[in-house]
Amino acid sequence: MSALLTVQSLQVQYGAVNAVRGIDLEVREGEIIALLGANGAGKSSTLNALVGLAPASAGKITFKGQDVTGSAPERFASLGMTLSPEGRRVFGTLSVQENLLMGAYSMRDKGEIKTAWERVFDLFPILRERREQFAGTLSGGQQQMLAVGRALMSNPRLLLLDEPSLGLAPKIVEQVFELISVLRKQGVTLMVVEQNVSMALEIADRGYVMASGRIAASGTAAELRNSDTLQAAYLGAD
Amino acid sequence: MDLFLQQTVNAFALGGTYALLALGLAMVFSTMGLINFAHGELMTIAGYILMACGLAGVPFAFSILLAIAAAVLAAIVMERIAFRPVRNASGATMLVTSFAVSMILQVLFQNFISARSQAVLVPEILSESVRFGGLVIGVNKIAAIVTTIVMLIFLDRFMKHHRIGIAMRAAAEDFSVARLMGIRANTVIAGAFALSGFLAGVAAVLWVSQRASVDPLMGFTPVLKAFIAAILGGLGSLRGAVAGGFLLGFIEIYLAAYLPSGMQEFRDPIALCLVVLVLIFRPNGLIPSPALKAEKV
Repeated sequence: MSALLTVQSLQVQYGAVNAVRGIDLEVREGEIIALLGANGAGKSSTLNALVGLAPASAGKITFKGQDVTGSAPERFASLGMTLSPEGRRVFGTLSVQENLLMGAYSMRDKGEIKTAWERVFDLFPILRERREQFAGTLSGGQQQMLAVGRALMSNPRLLLLDEPSLGLAPKIVEQVFELISVLRKQGVTLMVVEQNVSMALEIADRGYVMASGRIAASGTAAELRNSDTLQAAYLGAD
Repeated sequence: MDLFLQQTVNAFALGGTYALLALGLAMVFSTMGLINFAHGELMTIAGYILMACGLAGVPFAFSILLAIAAAVLAAIVMERIAFRPVRNASGATMLVTSFAVSMILQVLFQNFISARSQAVLVPEILSESVRFGGLVIGVNKIAAIVTTIVMLIFLDRFMKHHRIGIAMRAAAEDFSVARLMGIRANTVIAGAFALSGFLAGVAAVLWVSQRASVDPLMGFTPVLKAFIAAILGGLGSLRGAVAGGFLLGFIEIYLAAYLPSGMQEFRDPIALCLVVLVLIFRPNGLIPSPALKAEKV
């Protein structure tokens, strides 16, 4: 299968700060890609640039064969690429149900929404129980499930997860990783930014390691596990 | 006791009008971070439409609809022409832009209509009053209270059950994530402006039917008060705007009724001191906005 997402020489600049300095990435249909690197390496900026939340100052992003560089964020849900952002960012003053409904905002067909709804509730039965509750009153783990569920409501072909295990108890972290495998079985392609490198490389097919806004290493998960570059990237050496 | 009840009715009528205006300000602020000082000019536009309709002999019920429609249209045009270009600018830039819009409109009214106050033909019935036991209540006061209640119920339904209403709440809490869901920024912002224009139009009809006149600066005072009410309630919070509007209405009316006559000229300073007092104890307002809460967590 050919590439679902291709990124060529992508650069992201915030004022004088070069967060991403020209990277190339490729995600093929059905893969799980781990995007690794120390804090400030440019991982979140990369994901944000992919969905138009951060401005791409140079480079080209191609999704499903379409040039989507510089598209507005609101276009991506209907194109089939969704980001579940860092820090969960559920709508705390909306109920669980309303959060999910917003996730399906790009869909018009009532039947399609209902199917998406059932799928999310099957994945996360706890959300069905709490659907009337304000999202802000859920626990951290439940909020993470809601954030992923909300992103799944638009039936994405490619789901971008930014730090899905951040700040969660170890047991919940395991659930999150199990979920990623389940999603792959359902045919979702995933790109995951993770702090938990060993777990990420266990489930990923391939990975990219970023350092100072560049790709420092890339390869299959097995290759990366045994690579020195990975450790160097985390220690901050170039 | 009768005097107290009488004044309470007045407070509900005035507070309700403030609440509608403050809600309009809060809707726009919560979605795009703009404090729209030109909100008052939306009222004035609606006021002039009422005047023109009166002169042209249009039935009052129909001219109300026209006035509100004009305020909605003006709000949408205002957003498109003046505020969309500065959407991602700083709060200060947007604030100054809204001042400019306000001034330009005021000058246009002065030069093309009249600098002086114009009479508006208001049906006789609005200046009559009804007796309830010992209370004498003006029909216009009853109309204001009923309208406020209907509007608040309508808005509550819209924000709770309509797709766009829910999207507006989502966007008010986290605009970028709302966009990620496919909620278009333009829809939400234009929607917020349209609703704020609707509220300003309704408030203008209530305001004008108490005074039966309109002048180029008509919108200034009520919107200034509404702005205070919005801050009192918690800037950007819709429920807060309503609470702040009513509280300010109550403070003003009770001060006017119960302050000794020698102190009456200090009414506004005293009212503002009370507002400051509330803000000292609740710096984010009575009901802080969800966006503020989200930042703190």
